[in-house]
Amino acid sequence: MATASLRTVNSRESLPGGFDPRMLRREFPIFANNPDLVFLDSGASAQKPASVIDRVADYYRTDYANVHRGVYRLSARSTELFEEARVKVRRFLNAADPREIVFVRNTTEAINLVAQSWGPAFLKPGDEVLISVLEHHSNIVPWQLLRDRIGIRLVVAPLDATGGLDVAGFEARLSSRTRLVAITHVANATGAVVPVETIVQLAHRQGAKVLIDGSQAAPRLPVDVQALGCDFYALTGHKVYGPTGIGALYGRWELLSAMPPWQGGGEMILNVTFEKTEYQEPPHRFEAGTPDISGAIGLGAAIDFIEELGRDNILDHEEALTGYGVDRLSHIPGLRLLGAGQRRLGILSFDLEGVHPHDVAQILDQHHVAVRAGHHCAQPLMEWFGLSGTTRASLGVYNDERDIDRLAEAIEAAREMFGR
Amino acid sequence: MMDLRELYQDIILDHGRHPRNFRAIEQPTHVAQGYNPLCGDRVTVYLSLDGDRIADVAFQGRGCAISTAAASLMTEVLKGKTVEEARVLFAQFHARVTGGEPEELPEPLAEEAERLEPLTGVKAYPARVKCATLSWHALEAALKGGGAGTTVKTEWQDGP
Repeated sequence: MATASLRTVNSRESLPGGFDPRMLRREFPIFANNPDLVFLDSGASAQKPASVIDRVADYYRTDYANVHRGVYRLSARSTELFEEARVKVRRFLNAADPREIVFVRNTTEAINLVAQSWGPAFLKPGDEVLISVLEHHSNIVPWQLLRDRIGIRLVVAPLDATGGLDVAGFEARLSSRTRLVAITHVANATGAVVPVETIVQLAHRQGAKVLIDGSQAAPRLPVDVQALGCDFYALTGHKVYGPTGIGALYGRWELLSAMPPWQGGGEMILNVTFEKTEYQEPPHRFEAGTPDISGAIGLGAAIDFIEELGRDNILDHEEALTGYGVDRLSHIPGLRLLGAGQRRLGILSFDLEGVHPHDVAQILDQHHVAVRAGHHCAQPLMEWFGLSGTTRASLGVYNDERDIDRLAEAIEAAREMFGR
Repeated sequence: MMDLRELYQDIILDHGRHPRNFRAIEQPTHVAQGYNPLCGDRVTVYLSLDGDRIADVAFQGRGCAISTAAASLMTEVLKGKTVEEARVLFAQFHARVTGGEPEELPEPLAEEAERLEPLTGVKAYPARVKCATLSWHALEAALKGGGAGTTVKTEWQDGP
């Protein structure tokens, strides 16, 4: 293995408490190249620390070859690094075994994998998949495709008046027909934290499996799939400060090992004749073709970065900053923060009276504040709020109170420009 | 970066807040809906043609300041024009906001086209070009004989 980490750790050593977003920002080259940038769009995609960028470049420079192919040393080393990254993801999620970690492109692909492989193999017409109003389109559409293909029923759990998941309503929609609950951990459009521990218990009591969309949770919360007891957990690399194009699906071994392949090709086979093909065991059964090797290695570096920071520290930081943001934005006249139930994490989604989200985002951009405007791929949730879209600020490890202040000032400028 | 006031000129803010011809036409001869999948905004454009001439044009919908102002200004400019003049005005406007080569227009059309000038600030903001052209695409779809059910999407219509 070549250089372990090119990141300069000396900056952090000087920090009391070990977590200072301003100092941390030095590790993200994007901020050196865009000095005025107030980046509040990590919910769409997080910026990358130098350790991740360098690790990917370094891998191509020193260790690159295809994996699981060659007998030559370079290929063996590349394979070792790739599989090492899988072990890091195992540790990140506290899965029991690295073979329970399948590399995919992103959360969307992870969910589609379950829908297309596990779905037709284990579901029959009339079986129910239970989702919620909070879901991103990527946890809605794959189930609609499955519904249209094999005739399952898609059931949607409601929200309570505060915008959180209505747990009683969820429970009321669970039945012996429910075979899978597919639900987000943290809602991408509002930051609502779903009590997934309770959800898993309720679902398992009815014999339903549980898939958790961890896109927004993985960068913000410690995740322990064994303690949760969930059956599948999906995450994407680019939101945990890793590269784009790589993500991971955790699946319990009993489930993964019983699931048929979903894509055919190289890498996923043991033996092929024109009559019959024997498939690999998981996870390689689900990784047809040359994978995103550098992406996986970059994801491993991102996990190292997060774990060095400390996931409890990150959670403390995100909670404190979310609280500050709620407080700061609530004082802006005409601003309605979208309800996120009992617990909101890392995301501030709002409607500014009389100003369209795209106009808000345009003014914010002029103030170098980068946010997302629109429906956030959660149109049913927007509909629930009676809006076509919102402006969304989402947090990362490099944000601090000053960023929230800059956001608030820019919102005031938008109010001024569009005020009647 | 250009000053944002070049994008949000007073006339845009005014038409955004108080759109003209913001209503349905009871019995339109042509109607179509424009949809921007990027933001979920929708605009419905209603036309009432008297022969080849636009006797009345109006719109309804929910959109940002740019798209609302663009639709509002479009209705003001188009009233009384022929279908061919509307087509020429759109082609010229489209070229101006997407950085193409705008055609020279004869008077008095050139003067009408000039009224759309405040919208051309969007060409510095590629993500907003679709906001300015949404209602025009709906108009075009309506004139192509679309009915109430016709929806035209902005995606792929205007790069990038």
